[in-house]
Formats: sequence, C-alpha cells, structure tokens
Amino acid sequence: MHARRDFLKAGALLVSFSAASLTVSSLEGQGQFDTHPSHIDPKKLDSWLAVAADGTITAYTGKCDFGQGMFTAQTQLVAEELCVAISRVKLIQCDTSIAPDQGTTSGSQSTPTNFNSQNLALAAATARETLLSLAARKWGDPVDQLTAADGVITGTGGRHVTYEELIGGRRFNLVLSPTATRRSPEQWTVLGKPVPSLDRSALMTGQFEFIHSVRVPHMLHGRVVRPPGMGAKVASVDRGSVQHIAGLLKIVVRKDFIGVVAETQYEAMLAARQLAVRWNDGPELPSQKDFFEHLQRQPSKDTLSVDSGDVERLLDGATNVVRARYTYPYQMHGSVGASCAVADVKSDKATIWSATQSAYPTRSIASTLLNLPLDSVRVIYVRGSGCYGLNGADAVSFDAAILSQAVGRPVRLQFSREDEMMWENLGAACVIEHRASLAPDGRIAVWDREDWVTSLGNRPGYDRPGNVISGMLLGYEPEPLQPGPAKPPAGKFRNQSNTVPSYFAGCIEGGCGGGGTIRSERALTHTVRSPFFTGPLRSPLRIQNTFANECFMNELCAQAKADPVDFRLRHLDNARVIGVIKAAARAANWEPRVSPAPNPSKTGVVSGRGIACVDYEGGNGYAALIAEVAVDLATCLVRPTRFVVALDCGPVSNPDGLRNQIEGGILQGMSRALVEEVTWDNRRITSTDWETYNSLHLDYEMPAIESVFVTPEGVPAIGAGETAITVTPAAIGNAIFDATGGRLRGLPFTPQRVSAALREARRGSGLA
Amino acid sequence: MKPIRLKVNGQHRTVNVDPDSPLLFVLSDELGLRGPRFGCGMAQCGSCTVIMGGRVVRSCVMPVKAVGEEEVTTLEGLGTPAKPHPIQQAFIDEGAAQCGFCLSGVILTAKAVLDGNPGASDEDIRTALGGVLCRCFTHTRMLRAIRKYADTTREHARKA
Repeated sequence: MHARRDFLKAGALLVSFSAASLTVSSLEGQGQFDTHPSHIDPKKLDSWLAVAADGTITAYTGKCDFGQGMFTAQTQLVAEELCVAISRVKLIQCDTSIAPDQGTTSGSQSTPTNFNSQNLALAAATARETLLSLAARKWGDPVDQLTAADGVITGTGGRHVTYEELIGGRRFNLVLSPTATRRSPEQWTVLGKPVPSLDRSALMTGQFEFIHSVRVPHMLHGRVVRPPGMGAKVASVDRGSVQHIAGLLKIVVRKDFIGVVAETQYEAMLAARQLAVRWNDGPELPSQKDFFEHLQRQPSKDTLSVDSGDVERLLDGATNVVRARYTYPYQMHGSVGASCAVADVKSDKATIWSATQSAYPTRSIASTLLNLPLDSVRVIYVRGSGCYGLNGADAVSFDAAILSQAVGRPVRLQFSREDEMMWENLGAACVIEHRASLAPDGRIAVWDREDWVTSLGNRPGYDRPGNVISGMLLGYEPEPLQPGPAKPPAGKFRNQSNTVPSYFAGCIEGGCGGGGTIRSERALTHTVRSPFFTGPLRSPLRIQNTFANECFMNELCAQAKADPVDFRLRHLDNARVIGVIKAAARAANWEPRVSPAPNPSKTGVVSGRGIACVDYEGGNGYAALIAEVAVDLATCLVRPTRFVVALDCGPVSNPDGLRNQIEGGILQGMSRALVEEVTWDNRRITSTDWETYNSLHLDYEMPAIESVFVTPEGVPAIGAGETAITVTPAAIGNAIFDATGGRLRGLPFTPQRVSAALREARRGSGLA
Repeated sequence: MKPIRLKVNGQHRTVNVDPDSPLLFVLSDELGLRGPRFGCGMAQCGSCTVIMGGRVVRSCVMPVKAVGEEEVTTLEGLGTPAKPHPIQQAFIDEGAAQCGFCLSGVILTAKAVLDGNPGASDEDIRTALGGVLCRCFTHTRMLRAIRKYADTTREHARKA
C-alpha cells in the first residue's frame, strides 16, 4: 500500500476533517510505511494537494504546528485558495514519506515561505486555477465566466460541477504554475479571519495526541544515562548494579552514550537511576562569577556586519563619548514536557515518531546514525510540548532510534527533567559593548558596537549529529569554530541576528540597507566557543542584541535629553519601523518627555514607561512595544503592569492566533527578562529542574496586554511569532530606567541587579 | 507485578503492574489515557495532574498502590470533544492554549478549587495555580477562561 495513494482513493481513511480527527492515533492517521520517494518533488502539484473521490482535500506541508497555530493557519490558507469550507481540508504535516521537504520549521519562516507566492500557497492557487480550466474546457466556456465556491464550479447558464467530478481520486500531473494568482486579502473569507484554532476541543478534553501519547504495538520503554557533566567520558559500566530489575532487557553502551530498555516505563526509570557508571570528568568549566570577562578573553571568529571606517577617528576626537556594556545570560527552552520520541528500527527500515522542528534533517541524521539508506527512514512529526526552538526533541529522537536498533523492537524514550535541562542547546550568553557620541544638534554622530557570542553545536541539519548531545556522545564532533579576524563587509547588508541597531544606515560598498540615519557605524561580532551546547531559542541572538541595542538607544536619548519616541523617529527612515512606533505610541497615549520621569519618589512604589522596537531579522516583521512597570524601591521587585504592542507582519492569516502568539511572546519575554538564568558549577549545569531554573508560574499577576496590527497595503506576509518577544526585555529595562533612573544592563532583572542599578544611579546624581 | 484495582473516570479497571510504579505510568501506558502527561516527574510543573477525592494529585509521584479506593479523574474524565465540561468549554471559547501540554494542571487545579469553594476569589484560584507551569505563557487567556467559569460557579454559590 502506498500511503499517498490511500489518501487519493479514500478520503474516508482520514475522515473528513473535524476536531475529532486530531484525536486519531498517528498510527491510523498516517497510513502504512512502504516504499516512498526520497524527494517528494516540491515543483509538482501532487506533492502538495490531493482531491479525494469524496471531495476531501488533503494538503501536505513541510511546516508544522508546535502550538504556534500553523496547523489552523495553513488549513485556512488551503481552504481559502480552493474556495472550500475548512472542514473539507485535511492537513498532513511534516511526514517525510508523504510531505515535501521544507527543511526546518523555525525562524518565523513558515509564514513568509508558505503564505505568499510559492510552495503551499502557490500549490493551492494552481489547483484552483486548474480546476477552473478543467471545467472551462469541459463546457467550452471562457474561464473568466466561471466561479468557484464551496468546492463547486458554476458556469454560464447555471451549470455546475464539483471538484471531485473533475479530478477526484486522480492526480493533477502538473507542475506549480508560477503565474497562478493568489486570492487577494479583500476577497478572503476564511484566511484573515479569527478562525478558532482547530485543536481546541481535543486539547481541552485531554484527547489530543502528543508525542508523549504515541503507543506502538510491542513497544518497549527506554531511558538514557547522561554524563555527570560536560565532557565526561565513560570509564566503566557495572551491569550487575541493575540485574535485580526484572523487566530490564538491555543496557546499551556506544562510546559515551548509555541507555537502558525495559518492559515498562517504571523499570526503565529505575534502571537508569540505579545503573552504576564510572565516568572520567571532563575539563573544569569556567567560573560563572566572571564568565562574561572570561568570554571576552577567548579566541574568536570575527564578523563585521557593517563598518564605515571612521568610527575610531570620530570617537577619539569626541568629548562626550557614551559607553556601556550589556550582558545576557544563558537561558533555556525549558519545555514543560521533558522530550519524548518513539522509534521502530528494523534491520532494513526505520520509523521515528518525533516532535522535532526538523523532520527532514532528522531523517538524514538518523540514517547516518543507524547506517540505513535515507529512503528507508521515515520521520513522522507528532506535536510535543512547546519547544520554542531546539529543545531536546532532536536528541531524544536520535537516542530512541539507537535504542530501538539495539533491541530490534519499537522503543519509546522519555527524557527525565534533568536529561532535558542539563543537555539542551541553550540560548546563547552574550556580551555587547557600545560606544557612541552625539553631534551638537543632539543627534547621534557615531555608534560603534562590539559583541561576544557563545556558540557550540546548533541544529544538526542534514549532516552534523555532533551539534547536539546525542551525536557528541556517539563520537561526532560539533560544527568547528575557526577563530580568525573579520573580513571587510561586502555584498548586501544583512541583519539576520539583529546585531545592527535599527538606527544604522547599514552602508556597504555604497549601498545602504539599514533602516536608519547613522552613517558613522560599526558592528563587530566575536563568536566564541561555548562551554555548553547552544542553539536557537525563540528570537535567537535577536533578543540578546535588541535588549542591548534598544536600551543603549535610551541611554543616548537620556544624554540628548530627548523623548525616547521622538529620538527614535529622528534616527529612522524605515517607514515600517516608524509605522509601528507611531501606532504603539498612539495606542498607549504616550506623552513626550525625557526619561527618567521628573521628580521620582525616593520611597514606595514608583512607575515608569519604556519603549523598544525592532525590524526583525532586517525585514521579517516589525514591532514596537511600550511597557509600563511598577518598581518597589524597598524590595527592588519589578512588576510590569501594562504592555501595548504594535506589530506589522503584513497580511494577518488569523488575528486570534496572532494575538495568542503576541501575548505568549511578551509574557515569555517578561519571564526571561525578570527571572530566567542558567546556573552552573565547575563541572555541570546546576539548573536541572523548576526549583533551580526560574519561570513565572500561573500565580504571577499578569499585566494587561493590548495589541495593534499595522498592515501596509500590498506587502507580503512575513514573520510574526518572534517579534514581540524580541523587544520585551528592552522595553522593560527602559521602563525601569524611566521609573527609577537606574539602568539595568544585565538580565534577569533580579532585586539584586535592580538594587545595584539604583545605587549606581544615586551615585551618578550625587545622592549616594 | 501485582493486579491492582482502580476506578478511573467512572470505570473500574484492573491493571497488572509494579505497585510502586507512579500512577502516571499506569494511566498512560496501561489505560492509554492522554490527559495526564510527563512533565518533570518531580511534582514541580503540574502536567500530570489528576483529581482524587476532590483534591489535585501529581500522578508522577504518587505510587499506584497508594490510590486505594479513591476514584481518579483525568482531564478526559471531565467531558468529551462533543460534550465538554463547562470549564473545558470556557477554555475552548477563550482559545486558552498554545501547545496545550500543561492543560491537565491548569484546568483540573482550577476546577478542584472551585468545586471545593464555588465562591473562590480570583486570588484564591491564582494562589492554587502557583505550582502550575505553562511555558508558552498562555496565562492571560487561561486566567480569563477560569474567571469565566468561576463566574458561573459563584453565581450558583450566591443563589444556594
């Protein structure tokens, strides 16, 4: 049986879409494993869409839903372009045997990739136009006389034909038409509407199938035994130490990878806890106390994003240079569910049920680790706990595959909380230093910024198993980091990591790609080997850089005695950044004045407001956020009270889903700003559970959030999931300064750091 | 391994398991329930929450032998997609989820508080949610859904 053909023959196999179909087991829902093409050709329409004999439309996508709403939005997209009700569309996400390879679902790229004029959107538009032409040919009518609605094409004289009558159960055998026209936002009836997320009923009633619920016949349970610290190597394993555990079937040792497989989860858990292993320690870790200084002394790979060549000369000659050094700690994805995967590895083929963001790369890595041909490995995406980037989902999938191969039976592997937190690819720690000076007219004359970014490993991609812990334990190296000096900037200006402040003109070889007016500009990045694995965590490096850039912008603004909104506008010429700043200021009733607030109280609770904005990745989303905070001067506790955000992501696919992402992003950003920081000792990460890594729980008194959408006419759809979080720490930091005069230059904003900033402010104003 | 009788979501079930096994593993592996999920295994996050005797219990740390006669209610025991419980309906109406992994802790904790005290204040409910973690930070919508449901229980409490 061929899985794709099953869908064509019988929409009944999948049932017509309803909330209930999300409760169907992925075993039944996804069809049988069999031969499949290594590459499902994304140029072909049949790779994306099928109309079944009963009129069900099955769409295949390589971008999946982790809770960010992509399942609902992509279903809306297909329904919109094909002029059918949402209930007619069944979306299959990220199954490497039947959906096109769209790489990794990450980086706010799903909307730009699938919602404009390529890929899924183009496929759906091509299908609609094809169906219209088929009907036109059948009747001899001009195609512009025909209309499509609710899966029926109506021609002249009222005659009509259904999609299934035209193509049901058969292939299109066409390539995507580059000229197929998308329905315009003015015509939309499904897309652009606040369609309730399709997974709601299943989620709220506990019927939704998470990866943690996947059960396969004859399945066993696995656990891993990780090293006690970074770089530790296996010296010996005492297999006798767990002999008393009745259901223990196998202890798997491969280089420094250790796992156990047992009949039940409980036995696997006991075996992993009790297995006696002697380890040889790795090198001692750098001390956390002076880690940032250590970081700045390391050999580095240097990159210049922009360099006008005159900053040293101008800063040397300036009398009023403003300097500041910002630090950003390691932070965690900290998924609420410890990662889990199920693998069924046979001698000649493998199926892996995985919550990875990278189903297709995971297939490639698994094929390497299992020594099986690529075409024999199938990865089926099943949603896990929210990941926010590279959490443990990739590692647990590889480990499950290794364990299943060792026992020749399906294995479900559940990480412990410690496995998850000690070994995930952390959000990078950074140091960012700024120097700038103002011209006599109060504008910024020159701005130089230099940052040190930690890096070790990353997403494994298609060929780098060592980028995550599983691969490293199996003897693969992470991507090498070659220290070396920066080359002069060349080519087009890029700002993928928001290294460059929005106010830089971004001029390279005469072409200026930045959104700002500052022409004496330099941005130099030093990438340094990290003692821990690092990887993309929601708004990777963008949140770190934006925190430092947007807070320093306010330091310059204070120096110029200007209003932070007005001062930003004076240094910008990107209309879309200007647009969100003005919209946020309007919505928040921003009154122009200098920060800090005049005559702040020296006791009790003081309040303030702060703004921050971003041109996300240089063109992939725009946000401006105004935060209002209360600071208790006695306890130095910071409590945000209100957020007003303006967001421009082009045409909005689902306003309710977008609001959900914005609210979640801002509050996650607030948690990261206020309490989140990874800790370690000389051997290991010591943030291994929810008592040693802080996150704001559900009892935290949440601020009000108001969001405004700015949608310029005729622009494409761009990223939306990471823009709001990116500006949150900076907006809060600027609000604390406004309330107290204290400048926070390091996250998280703990009472200790707030207290130190207040002392420094008093010293600065001669009040100490 | 030992046969153990349990009453789960209104049904009597007999499972053959190690009596020391956490209840969570029995619910998910023996009974195929999807509502309670493994989050931390240390009673720190709430993902595995069930209700027993009107109180919330972290099933990841409760040995199955300690359950006894008490009925266990999981998230799927409240209502179905076709007929959700009013608190589940409030969550559906508010779209109060992102990934949704944490929902057993959020919904069952709020329900248990309001079952015990239908007039519970927002403050009471928030305090009870202190041990529940949502890393997608859907806090605003979740608290709105709970408030919506609480308004109906408070109304009943007032009339009673």
